[in-house]
Amino acid sequence: MSNNGSSNSLVLKVEDLVLYFRTTKGVVQAVDHVDFELAKNRAVVIIGESGCGKSSLAKGILRLLPRNVHTYTGRVYLEGQEIMGLDEETFRMKIRWVKMSLVPQAAMNALNPVLRVSDQVAEALLIHYPNVSKREAIERVREMFRYVGVPDSFLHRYPFELSGGMRQRVAIAMAMITRPPLIILDEPTSALDVLTQANIMNVLKQIKWETGTSYILITHDVATSSELADDVAVMYAGQVVEMSDAASFFKEPLHPYAKMLMAAVPKLRGDDDLEFIPGQPPSLLNPPKGCRFADRCPYRMAQCEINPPMFRVGDRKVRCWLYEKDADGIYGTHPEPLEQAHV
Amino acid sequence: MSVQTQSAPAPAREGEQPLLSVRNLRVWYELKKWGFGHAGYVRAVDNVSFDLAQGEAIAIVGESGCGKSSLMKAILGLVRPYSGEILFEGKDIFAGGRAGLRWYRSQVGYVQQDPFGALPPFMSIRRILEEPLILGGVKNRKERLKRIREVLEEVKLSPPEDFLNKFPHMLSGGQQQRVVIARAMIRRPKLLVADEPVSMLDASVRVEILKLLRQIQADYNLAVIYITHDLSTVRYFSERIFVMYAGKLIEKAATDELLWHPRHPYTIALLNAISDPDASNAHKLREVPPGEPPSLVNPPPGCRFHPRCKAMIQGRCEVDEPPEFEPRPGHQVACWLYEAGDRIPPGWSEEA
Ligand SMILES: Nc1ncnc2c1ncn2[C@@H]1O[C@H](COP(=O)(O)OP(=O)(O)OP(=O)(O)O)[C@@H](O)[C@H]1O
Ligand SMILES: Nc1ncnc2c1ncn2[C@@H]1O[C@H](COP(=O)(O)OP(=O)(O)OP(=O)(O)O)[C@@H](O)[C@H]1O
Ligand code: SF4
Ligand SMILES: [Mg+2]
Ligand SMILES: [Mg+2]
Repeated sequence: MSNNGSSNSLVLKVEDLVLYFRTTKGVVQAVDHVDFELAKNRAVVIIGESGCGKSSLAKGILRLLPRNVHTYTGRVYLEGQEIMGLDEETFRMKIRWVKMSLVPQAAMNALNPVLRVSDQVAEALLIHYPNVSKREAIERVREMFRYVGVPDSFLHRYPFELSGGMRQRVAIAMAMITRPPLIILDEPTSALDVLTQANIMNVLKQIKWETGTSYILITHDVATSSELADDVAVMYAGQVVEMSDAASFFKEPLHPYAKMLMAAVPKLRGDDDLEFIPGQPPSLLNPPKGCRFADRCPYRMAQCEINPPMFRVGDRKVRCWLYEKDADGIYGTHPEPLEQAHV
Repeated sequence: MSVQTQSAPAPAREGEQPLLSVRNLRVWYELKKWGFGHAGYVRAVDNVSFDLAQGEAIAIVGESGCGKSSLMKAILGLVRPYSGEILFEGKDIFAGGRAGLRWYRSQVGYVQQDPFGALPPFMSIRRILEEPLILGGVKNRKERLKRIREVLEEVKLSPPEDFLNKFPHMLSGGQQQRVVIARAMIRRPKLLVADEPVSMLDASVRVEILKLLRQIQADYNLAVIYITHDLSTVRYFSERIFVMYAGKLIEKAATDELLWHPRHPYTIALLNAISDPDASNAHKLREVPPGEPPSLVNPPPGCRFHPRCKAMIQGRCEVDEPPEFEPRPGHQVACWLYEAGDRIPPGWSEEA
């Protein structure tokens, strides 16, 4: 069932990824046994509430780790190659930015204020390709800026001279300049106005259609996520609780959390009332042993005391006991022996 | 309980004095050259007028920097207008001097932008709520505590005992925002101004807070000005929508009227840019007007939207500033397309 991830059509396969942080209050289980895969030239969106572990998952995949890491285990296959086992130097020179790059959360505020934007973007290329000349690099920047819609006249400006939307485009150009097959976008439009947001989504779509790039798009904005989504992964309290293709997901989410989340998303002209999810997500310091959504779940049963595995339902996957009987099997690695589940 | 969609427009009811009247309001910030010489103005709010009825909820929608917060600050008496008037129950809020302003501010609650920076971290919830009462001259400690308990119940932080001695960081984002609302409500205002009260919150918490505000509004017949850049939430909250662009209110209509029959090209651009969650979105590009909002120091002549407008009428829109037309009853729009009456604007299909 769980193969070695070398299947040709996959750009990324993540197996049993765990990323815990050490804090004075205890261990934060930010990414807890996550499995997922992404086919070439597709976009998966990862949605979930603030603090559920979305950015941590991105950091885990890109190995951008803070110093207080407690546990970091699992396997990550990029275009079939296992990359968790690579040493730091190889990872930095051959993988990060070359094969997959990141547009970090709040990227537009993370540009270096004292460097011209052209130089900053060129830098990303020059570091990884020492043979490229400075002039060639700037030409490439010019080309990327055209792609993402930054006017030529902005090339040699400083970040503070650009609007938030323009700076965000610069950050996207920076992630694209090495032409990596996979780009991870962490909340790329959250702080932006709707028109700018729509503009940037257009840019991302065009890049995907024209260059065959794959995306992981992280966001808590469910409506906007549909602008790019081929697949949807829903995270809740450090776990992925549903993975579906976008068409099925937006028509009918499976996991009770995903259903309730969708019921809270306003529709411009729909007639349905909005509903909210009572209660709060559990602490990641000491998450519940069973289903992490159980406390807030209207469908809760006795079985939910036990952590559900990811059930395969057709092509979809869902971490919820309601789907046990319809399941075709189990996806990914399950940390607990499953027999427990049938007591 | 669920939020009902609003359809009934409530522009200042016949014969009734509006609670708040804003007349030709301008908020201009002076730009100084070398610290003293005059170098022009930032025209953040430029000739804005509207009435707000008792108990009515309106939304002011517009992009970052269009002047929403400046308009709010003037309404709260926090910045002096460059010109124009703000009348509360018929009286100019600046006419009564400091004492008059102090009384006025007790009538107006304020939920400020950025909920996470809004609460002082080293104050307990009780102190946060007690302060406005002390400033408001409520001398009796017991009375203050009674009101604090009451208001915590109103915002559904109950039992109040569980929250009184907590500090902001011990609360979730949604709970913190309830405290901010409680603080705005504690002196029982007639008008509540909420500047982006939910934009930083997760979808579910956002709904929870909007429902709470709606409930409070109904229970206390409170007038509310809801400021947001997010058109998708306004339908659940307000009776009328005002769209703001580059310092001006360019379209005003009842909520459903505006969402179904928008008239200003800018409003249409905003509506066309908003996604409902739908998998087909990923397969098409969205139409977005070119460019960015103009500088408020040297705004374009004529209609401020004309450089980005695909319906722009040569010789008209870039020359003369459009006045407010009323193509449909109760629906005002500052756009030359409606000089000769109503029409369906380009880029919009009425059967959408
Ligand atoms: N370096 C760290 N040390 C300790 N805890 C951390 C660290 N980074 C993140 N966390 C915690 O891990 C959890 C997941 O955080 P993460 O940033 O991944 O969430 P997120 O889903 O990206 O949230 P948001 O939508 O707010 O960006 C949170 O509880 C967070 O406080
Ligand atoms: N005190 C000030 N002095 C000079 N200019 C100011 C001042 N306050 C605001 N401005 C300018 O006035 C314009 C309107 O700002 P305002 O804060 O009212 O916008 P906004 O619509 O609330 O934006 P946002 O959605 O980003 O909060 C902006 O160009 C801003 O830079
Ligand atoms: S007045 Fe002219 S330029 Fe302005 S929005 Fe209307 S049509 Fe467009
Ligand atoms: Mg994050
Ligand atoms: Mg503002």
